[in-house]
Amino acid sequence: MSILVFVEARDGKIKSNSLEAVSEARRLADEGSPGEVFAVVPGSKGEGAAALGAYGADRVWTVDHELVARYQPESFVACVLEAVKKASAQVVLFPASAMGRDLAPRVAGRLGAGLASDCTALDWQGGALVATRPVYAGKAISTVKIAGSPALASLRPRAFPQMERRPGTSAAVEVLGITLDASRARVRTIEVGASEGGRVDLTEAEIIVSGGRGLRGPENFHLIEELAEALGGTVGASRAVVDAGWRPHAEQVGQTGKTVSPKLYVAVGISGAIQHLAGMSSARCIVAINKDPEAPIFKVADYGIVGDAFEIVPALTEALKGLRVGS
Amino acid sequence: MKIAVCLKQVPSTDTRIKIAPDGKRIDPAGVTFVTNPYDEFALEEAIRLKEAKGGEVVVLSAGGQGAVAALRNALAVGADSAVLLKTDADPDALAVARLLADEIGGKGYDLVLCGKQAVDDDAAQVGPMLAEMLDLPCATVVVKLELTEGKARATREIEGGVEIVEMPLPAVIAAQKGLNEPRYASLKGIMAAKKKPVEEKAASAAAAKVEIVSLALPPARQAGRIVGEGAAAVPELVRVLREEAKVL
Repeated sequence: MSILVFVEARDGKIKSNSLEAVSEARRLADEGSPGEVFAVVPGSKGEGAAALGAYGADRVWTVDHELVARYQPESFVACVLEAVKKASAQVVLFPASAMGRDLAPRVAGRLGAGLASDCTALDWQGGALVATRPVYAGKAISTVKIAGSPALASLRPRAFPQMERRPGTSAAVEVLGITLDASRARVRTIEVGASEGGRVDLTEAEIIVSGGRGLRGPENFHLIEELAEALGGTVGASRAVVDAGWRPHAEQVGQTGKTVSPKLYVAVGISGAIQHLAGMSSARCIVAINKDPEAPIFKVADYGIVGDAFEIVPALTEALKGLRVGS
Repeated sequence: MKIAVCLKQVPSTDTRIKIAPDGKRIDPAGVTFVTNPYDEFALEEAIRLKEAKGGEVVVLSAGGQGAVAALRNALAVGADSAVLLKTDADPDALAVARLLADEIGGKGYDLVLCGKQAVDDDAAQVGPMLAEMLDLPCATVVVKLELTEGKARATREIEGGVEIVEMPLPAVIAAQKGLNEPRYASLKGIMAAKKKPVEEKAASAAAAKVEIVSLALPPARQAGRIVGEGAAAVPELVRVLREEAKVL
C-alpha cells in the first residue's frame, strides 16, 4: 500500500495541517497492508523535508521552481500527478486548507478518482478507504467509502493529531523530476493581501470570540476584538451581523460561513440560529454570553453567563489581562 | 458573451436534519428545497455580466426532477434558458462534473460559473473538477470578479487574506458569499420565465466512486451550566475555564 501526501509549504515552512496529514498517512500505512508513505512538497527547496520522516514519511519529493514558488493550480496539479505516478499511490491525502481544497478536486478530476473532502476521520474497511466527514455544515456526519485507486481524501485541519510516530527518523529527500510548462500555468497571481492585523484564520484558530446582534451595532465590536486579543484568539461573527454589513464575510461562522472546531469558542450576543450552531458545535469548550436565558446557544454551551454583554465582556477582558500579567 | 451557470437544489440552511430510515440520507419530509446559496451568487454574477456586456445565460443542473424548481427560479431572475441533466441515480461530485462537462464542452461558452460548494454535502468539488475535465483555468472561492479583454480577474479568499488572480477566458469561476447581493425574482420575471425553455435530457451518471455508507446525527452536545448573572459571574467563569475546562 503506497500513500502519497500533498504537503503544503508557505514561505518554505511546512504547515502543521500537512504534518497532520503525514501522521495520518503513516497510521493508515501501518494499519493497512504494509507500504510506504511518500510526500510531495511543491515550492520547497528542501527545508524541513527530511524532518517529515519523524512524522512517518519514507520519501519526500521537493519541487523548487518559479512556477511553484507560490500556489499555481496547474503546476501544482502537474506535481501531484507526477508524484502519484512515481509512487504508484493507492491513496492520496491533502490537507483541507484553502490550497488543498482548491487542489484536491482538480487532481481528482484529472485522475477520474473519488475524493472525500474535509474528512475528520479515516479508516480501512475491507481494504477500502472509509472516511468520516461532516455534511450540512456539521448538522450530520456522513461515512463514505472511496472506491477505485487511487482514493483521494482531504483532511480537515486540526481534526487529526500531529504525531512524531518515528522520532529521530529522517525521510529520504529527492527532487521530483518534472518539467513544468509555463504555457500551462494559466492562472496567474497578481497580488496577495493579508487581512488586517495578520490574525490567524478562523479555521486554524485555537480560540474564537464571536459576536452577534446582541452587540447592537458594528461600533461595539471593539469589545469582541479586545476580548479576542486578551485570549490570543480570532474574531468571528454570526450570519446576522455579516448580512447586516457589520463585519466581513470572512468572519462568518456557520453554514454559508466557516465551520470551526477551536479549543475555546466564546459566543457573545449570539442567540444560536441553527446555521450558527452547525458551524461551531464541535468546539471543545463553548462559552455563551447572552441576555436571554432561553437563547438556544445555552443548550450547546458548556458555560454561560446571562446578562448584559456590555458589562460582562469588558470585565472578562480585564480579568484575562490580569491573568496574563499574573502568570 | 455566453455564460453557463451550474445550479444544485439543496435543503434550505434552516433545515433541522432528520435521518431517513435507510440510514444513508436525510428524511425529506417537511424539508424546504432551495437553490444552493453559493450558486445564487454565481447566477447573480452571470446576470450582471449579461446586463453589462450583453449575451446569454444558460443554467444547468444535474439531478432529479426537483432541480427544475431551481432552474425555473433562475429563469425568473434573468437566465435565458435551462438544461436539466436528468438522472435518477445519486451521482457523486465526479459524476456530476462529468455530466456537466459533457454538456458544456464544445458549445462556445466564455465563462462557467458555479457555487464554491453545495451546502448539503459540503464537498466543494464540482467547479474545479469540471474545469479540469474541460481543461479550463479556474478560480475557486471568488469574492470579486472583473472581466476585461478576454481575461478574468478574480479575488479569492484564502486563509487570513485574499489573493487576486488573472486568467484567460474561457474559465470556470466558483463563487463565494460576498461576490454580490443576489436579487429576487420579480413578478414580471416569473411570468417571463414561463415562456423560457427548460430542456430535459436523460443523463446516465457514472457509478459513484464516493459511496455513502451511512448518515448520522452528530453526538448531541449536553447543555452545560449557567455560572452566574452579569459581570459578577466573570471570576467564576475564568476559574472554571482554567480549572475544569483547562482551556486557558
